[in-house]
Amino acid sequence: MNGAQDLGGMQGFGPVRPEPEEVRFHAGWERRALAVTLAAGALGQWSIDAARHARETLPPGEYLTSSYYEIWIKGLEKLLLQKGLVTETELRDGKAYGPGRPLKPLAAAEVAPMLARGSPYSRPAGAPAHFAEGEAVRARNFQTSGHTRLPRYARGRQGVIERVHGVFVFPDTLALGGDEAPQWLYAVRFTAGELWGEGADPAVTVTLDAWESYLEPV
Amino acid sequence: MSGPDHHHHHDHDDEGSELSGMALRVRALESLLVEKGYADPAALDALIETYETRIGPRNGARVVAKAWADPDFRDWLRRDASAAIHSLGYTGRQGEHMVAVENTEAEHNMVVCTLCSCYPWPVLGLPPAWYKSPAYRSRAVLDPRGVLADFGVTLPETTRIRVWDSTAETRYLVIPRRPAGTEGWEESRLADLVSRDSMIGTALAREPAA
Repeated sequence: MNGAQDLGGMQGFGPVRPEPEEVRFHAGWERRALAVTLAAGALGQWSIDAARHARETLPPGEYLTSSYYEIWIKGLEKLLLQKGLVTETELRDGKAYGPGRPLKPLAAAEVAPMLARGSPYSRPAGAPAHFAEGEAVRARNFQTSGHTRLPRYARGRQGVIERVHGVFVFPDTLALGGDEAPQWLYAVRFTAGELWGEGADPAVTVTLDAWESYLEPV
Repeated sequence: MSGPDHHHHHDHDDEGSELSGMALRVRALESLLVEKGYADPAALDALIETYETRIGPRNGARVVAKAWADPDFRDWLRRDASAAIHSLGYTGRQGEHMVAVENTEAEHNMVVCTLCSCYPWPVLGLPPAWYKSPAYRSRAVLDPRGVLADFGVTLPETTRIRVWDSTAETRYLVIPRRPAGTEGWEESRLADLVSRDSMIGTALAREPAA
């Protein structure tokens, strides 16, 4: 969706403010926000893409004025409600008014193995790739109120296939609770001139990862 | 943070201001999840401990140092970064599918996620606040040289800048250029020159102390 999360190319946010490597959190609650987000995700009730969609559907004004851990928490509350795991009243009061669904919570002993295992998103190829390295392609121009990982700045722009990554689950369907619908995934390189037009730096390129259905031949 | 430009240098426990609102909200959410049987407090502590003490950018620095010191490993990293990085034990969540991009005299790489906060956790740990900020996500693709200037980095105009927008589940690790004067150094000493930001591409590797 064309929400506030699609930030590439916007202006007016001011300079980037570097921070030392040692700074991991800016408040105690951010540690807890990280932990509850990961633990709730481990219940297996939603995909990472559904979590992203829950965050990006925050109203733009709210998204842009929330820190990232705030965005996570607001997204998590939304998912818990959508899945019927908690009620509005329970969220408001921080208190359970009924039993939870019979789900197995992540155990402390499972934390290290779960993180080390991760969750591979690649899938076996069901068909050959349509595009090959070096081939010119155009990113399709479409608008969706659902979820997509094709940013606005690339839509309608022409680029070159730089890498064929393999076949990966498709976020646009997964985010809405649909199936994995795996597709070929490519790294596509665009010149800054193609993306930004007049005055663009001739020595800059931007490469993004695009699923096959985002692309059309040139 | 109250907004993209608001900046906290200190790590405190949520006294005062609107932060206490979030502190209360997260505390309420946590106790609700525990009461409902959806979260185990010991697991929450273990998650935090992992990312505060075990998984961080020193992992990535060891990957880079090995690539600098060992040509076979460097080739492997170029061909199959996932396998090469996983062989060092840096596997799992948000690092399942890795790509290494190598800086050269002619080319500088920089990584962003314009749509959210995708970042290679097993090698770099949690993303810094600036990486997730609208300021970085908006401008890294439009004005990467301007972003580099915010980090005090100026590259020759002729140096090509390659920005990688992490829009899928592939995660990018920048291999910075090895500083001159480090010939024959051991990997552990080389790793000390590799900052987190140099592996995102917003900094260069540190020069060895004179």
